[in-house]
Amino acid sequence: MGIAILTLATLSALFGVLLGYASIRFKVEGDPIADQIDALLPQTQCGQCGYAGCRPYAEAIASGEAEINLCVPGGEPTMLAIADLLGKEPKPVEVDEGSQGVKKVAFIHEEECIGCTLCLQACPVDAIVGAAKQMHTVIVDQCTGCELCVAPCPVECIEMVPVKTTLGTWKWPYPDEHLLQKPEEQAS
Amino acid sequence: MITRNPGSWDFHGGIHRPDMKAMSAGRYLGKMPLPQRLVIPLQQHIGSLAEPLVSPGDRVFKGQTLARVTEYIGAPIHAPTSGTIVEISDQPVAHPSGLSAPCIVLEADGEDRWWDELPEPLPWFEEMDAALLRERIRWAGIVGLGGAAFPTSVKVNPGPDRKIQTLVINGAECEPYITCDDYLMRTEADRIVEGIRVLMHVVAADECLIGIEDNKPEAIAAMQKAVADSDLTTTRVVTVPTRYPMGGEKQLIKVLTGKEVPSHGIPAEIGVICLNVATTAAVTDAVMAGRPLLSRLVTVTGEGVNNPGNLEVPYGVMMADVIAFTGGYSDKAYKLILGGPMMGFTLQDDQVPVTKATNCLLVASREEAPDPDHALPCIRCGKCVEACPAQLLPQQLYWYARSKDLDKCQEYHLFDCIECGCCSWVCPSHIPLVQYYRFAKTETWAKEKERQAAEEAKRRHEARVERLERLERERKARLRKKKEALEKKTAGDAADPKKAAIDAAVKRAAERKAQKQSSEEPK
Repeated sequence: MGIAILTLATLSALFGVLLGYASIRFKVEGDPIADQIDALLPQTQCGQCGYAGCRPYAEAIASGEAEINLCVPGGEPTMLAIADLLGKEPKPVEVDEGSQGVKKVAFIHEEECIGCTLCLQACPVDAIVGAAKQMHTVIVDQCTGCELCVAPCPVECIEMVPVKTTLGTWKWPYPDEHLLQKPEEQAS
Repeated sequence: MITRNPGSWDFHGGIHRPDMKAMSAGRYLGKMPLPQRLVIPLQQHIGSLAEPLVSPGDRVFKGQTLARVTEYIGAPIHAPTSGTIVEISDQPVAHPSGLSAPCIVLEADGEDRWWDELPEPLPWFEEMDAALLRERIRWAGIVGLGGAAFPTSVKVNPGPDRKIQTLVINGAECEPYITCDDYLMRTEADRIVEGIRVLMHVVAADECLIGIEDNKPEAIAAMQKAVADSDLTTTRVVTVPTRYPMGGEKQLIKVLTGKEVPSHGIPAEIGVICLNVATTAAVTDAVMAGRPLLSRLVTVTGEGVNNPGNLEVPYGVMMADVIAFTGGYSDKAYKLILGGPMMGFTLQDDQVPVTKATNCLLVASREEAPDPDHALPCIRCGKCVEACPAQLLPQQLYWYARSKDLDKCQEYHLFDCIECGCCSWVCPSHIPLVQYYRFAKTETWAKEKERQAAEEAKRRHEARVERLERLERERKARLRKKKEALEKKTAGDAADPKKAAIDAAVKRAAERKAQKQSSEEPK
């Protein structure tokens, strides 16, 4: 009896020391879960989730404050990826059906622009160039399509235009599933 | 080092199917006359879009550079004839998507006058630096004419660290129906051999192996004669068995040299460079005549045309005009396929221009290209595994591509798939396997692009947040400084002796004045 207690006590003391040492020696800076969630988010920085950007939202999910289904641009694939990462139940994402699937970027009607710089300040990724009383324009390659510049414009000269498919961005469609019929259907 | 017993190896899998080449083999239908209007796509190759150097209204001459390369992987575009630029706009092009792409529209003036600034021919190329010859090949806009259209100048530049042992010239032409390379070898073997001389000098290879399938005896004889007549001692014509896809780059290299191109690798890594025979002939024109690539041999064949054969077509000519020139569609015409029946794709419209990549226009009858059968469930027979020349597991790839599990597809080496179509051909359930792989490939590329864009957006967002914070900090620091300076000023008022002295003087003066006033008042 005495030996058993002694052995267990020694073991627990030993492992306690080991764990204590490991927690100091292998200390991880920052929050790795938030980093992993952040890597799954689309980085549009649109704020539609209610947080100031993708990183704050990732931190909120990591700390358990936010639901996993708030990312509108990421849609269902992003929600599923986060659910997969955290081992949570998937939740449906509320999105407008019409706006999904087509990537849009901001376009400034340059003849209407008054050069107020309000959109410059709104853009989370600095994708608009311009200066006070000078015409502004969007760097199309850098625009994430977050729409944050549309509302601040006092003359409503910013429009979201769908990105055109080119030969370089065209994708082969998923093969026609109706060709994959069951034999009995085909026989009929 | 010289390869011993070239052609004694074999590649895995592959299929035998009737080659259907007799229809057009050896038949020459002449040179396609120039139409009035040419539509020249800016993207006729793998790589970046060429950048136009001309604008509407410009008069251009035959061989003049119309568009230049902007990135390393790319090819310039030249004017196939003299005339006037009408417009630069999006026009329908030959692509499985049916999309339009930027094109230069040229109205021919019928004079067909050469540009007078063409570079000089270089018959003394053997004394020249290989880099200058590569530059000439780049200028000429030569791309792989076997159908893939990869810029040749990039291919013949393996880098200083890679020693090239073997130059492989691909005359296999394994795809059924196509005979343009066969015709070129039969009639212009000397031109190909001349190109081999240039390329041997450019890539400094020890030997050259010309691989030709044994169903082209005339081409083999012509090439053997041309090689024997030349001063090339380490060049050999190697007859290889007829089996699809013998003409695949990796397959032909394996059969000729016994070496295997590594997964995700290029032939230069194992000391081999492989070029098509028509590409080699184009190199001859660029170096020995100083002429850019302006036209190519095209096979027009199938039961759907009245008069199948080969003809020389300048780029930018409409496919409908090419078919009309050969004798038009027959009653059996059902489908227009660009390329061969294995790797080609169906075109919805024949009003698209011939490009550098157009090797064959196959007008198939209903029997030749039947509509795809209804696919049945996979029965796991494993025939696709036996047929796959890349030694992949098509069945596994199919499951994962079908369930859109792109990571798993990568694990099963999706990108080693050459889309040869052998697996679909042997599949007893008629599953369109290659379509699944193509879907998975483009989907993977799109995902990768999205990921890169997200990373870039994140980087820019973080930079912006940091900048705003820095500006705020600087503003606060400035305010603090200002405040401190002000406080110092008020506090310093008392301490400053000079100021105190002045203040005292002012005070004294005021007192004196007051005294003076008070002394005067009683009077």
